[in-house]
Amino acid sequence: MEKNLYRSDFPQFQDKTFVYLDSAASALKPQSVIDSVNHYYHDLSVNIHRGIYDEAYEATRLYEETREMVASFINASPEEIVFTRGATSALNLVALSYGMNLTSEDEIITSELEHHSSVLPWQAVANKTKAKLVYIPLDSEGRITVEAFKSVLTKKTKIVAITYVSNVMGYISPLDEIIPLAHQFGARVVVDAAQAAPHLKIDVKRLDVDFLAFSGHKMLGPTGVGVLFGKQELLNSMEPIELGGEMNEEVGKFQSVWKDAPYKFEAGTMPIASIIGLAKAIEYLKNVNLEEIENHTKRIRNYAYQQLKKIDGIVIYNPTSDSSIIAFNIKNVHPHDAASYFAEKKVALRAGHHCAQLIIKWLQIEACLRASFYLYNTFEDADQLVQTAKAAVKFFRSVGFEG
Amino acid sequence: MEKLDNLYREIIMEHYKNPRNKGLIDDPSYVTVHIKNPSCGDDITVQSKFVNGIVKDCRHDGHGCSICCSSASVMTETVIDKTTEEANKIADNYLLMVTNKSFDETIDLEEAAVYSGVRQFPARVKCASIAWQAFVETLKKGA
Repeated sequence: MEKNLYRSDFPQFQDKTFVYLDSAASALKPQSVIDSVNHYYHDLSVNIHRGIYDEAYEATRLYEETREMVASFINASPEEIVFTRGATSALNLVALSYGMNLTSEDEIITSELEHHSSVLPWQAVANKTKAKLVYIPLDSEGRITVEAFKSVLTKKTKIVAITYVSNVMGYISPLDEIIPLAHQFGARVVVDAAQAAPHLKIDVKRLDVDFLAFSGHKMLGPTGVGVLFGKQELLNSMEPIELGGEMNEEVGKFQSVWKDAPYKFEAGTMPIASIIGLAKAIEYLKNVNLEEIENHTKRIRNYAYQQLKKIDGIVIYNPTSDSSIIAFNIKNVHPHDAASYFAEKKVALRAGHHCAQLIIKWLQIEACLRASFYLYNTFEDADQLVQTAKAAVKFFRSVGFEG
Repeated sequence: MEKLDNLYREIIMEHYKNPRNKGLIDDPSYVTVHIKNPSCGDDITVQSKFVNGIVKDCRHDGHGCSICCSSASVMTETVIDKTTEEANKIADNYLLMVTNKSFDETIDLEEAAVYSGVRQFPARVKCASIAWQAFVETLKKGA
């Protein structure tokens, strides 16, 4: 079996028996990211922007350097990069600010493939503004197709809130076609790229996307930091949803003036350490190269899939997945029962509805297991998954679960 | 596999496959409580009928994993015909046991004692607790 070149960068694998197949929930963190977070706390530890002493200058420099790195990572300008708490906060910011201008005449298009953080903010906007929420009918595999998107796109469409890569099925949405179509009808497109950023080269200019959000912790970075990309004229036109320190230019007793974007959206003290750490995560991904990561990850995913599908008693929901995810169940065994078995064998995977209840309902199941792979996973990890799945089927049948 | 064998005990599997007192009744003399665990989708409704300080009947319905569904069945069998005071004591003690807190071992948990294996699976404690919590709520509401 080939040697994994990245594994030794991740201190979490010091426990050699740890088979980590839950990267779609959160990726592990390489030593360089951990060191960078520690460097901030250990050597700097001060606030940004405000201070005029060396440590504050250095912290500010690292913070703003991260903004530039993020911008170049997705081909945007630094002014178009807002730091948030995560993809969730970023998507909520768009809905609570930009979305509040909608009226009962408008329509919002979304899909049942969405993570809750992509659909719930727009459901709330629809309920508040009386705009109509419209779902793209999914095809027989559960995919968003261009044809189905066209069938719901109208002159009333103002927002398209859509996932880049589904966190349950691993399908890639046809954004290259959807975004220009939406623009022809005058709609703005908000993309949840939380599952895309760790795997795909994102180019916001080529996509011509209006808003795009992702989280640091799914792409080897620290928790507590996310990114909202917004086209500059859109960010400038939007009201901040959090008011406080640092985001204002001039404060009066009755009226105040905000800074320009992105600063007007970064009120209070931001998660400085996490943001600084994110720079190292991006550096790591750039050094390895996203294409390399995607090739590696898909090969392992497909290797695991080919064997899993042969196991009598395993049902797989996304055979044609475009990404690194396998959504599956053991027939007649609730995924929480199954997950305890995998956990006992030190195979970490996820059981539940994966914060995407709409697609779980669409699949007409209660919940499912999800295995997701990333750059540090090996073919041995896939073997471990398959062996454990086989043994699990046998175990559950032996204690009385029906076949 | 000792831990897992200890979790999926015969009694548990038997109740999972052949649940007792399952199915709700449309009868206003029953106190109904519905509990959902949104993180895993366990969804249990418990109905209790209290007459003169006695748990005359207890029913359950819903869906979830084997531990969740079987424990609902075991719970109903354990509490029916007990005084509300006894039933409450058993429920409190059971919940202490599965959460790995110190509990009164002199109280007979009957078949529910087989859920002691859950203590070794902290992620599953909720599954084993939800039906009993719902029963305790019916006591608070109606007994």
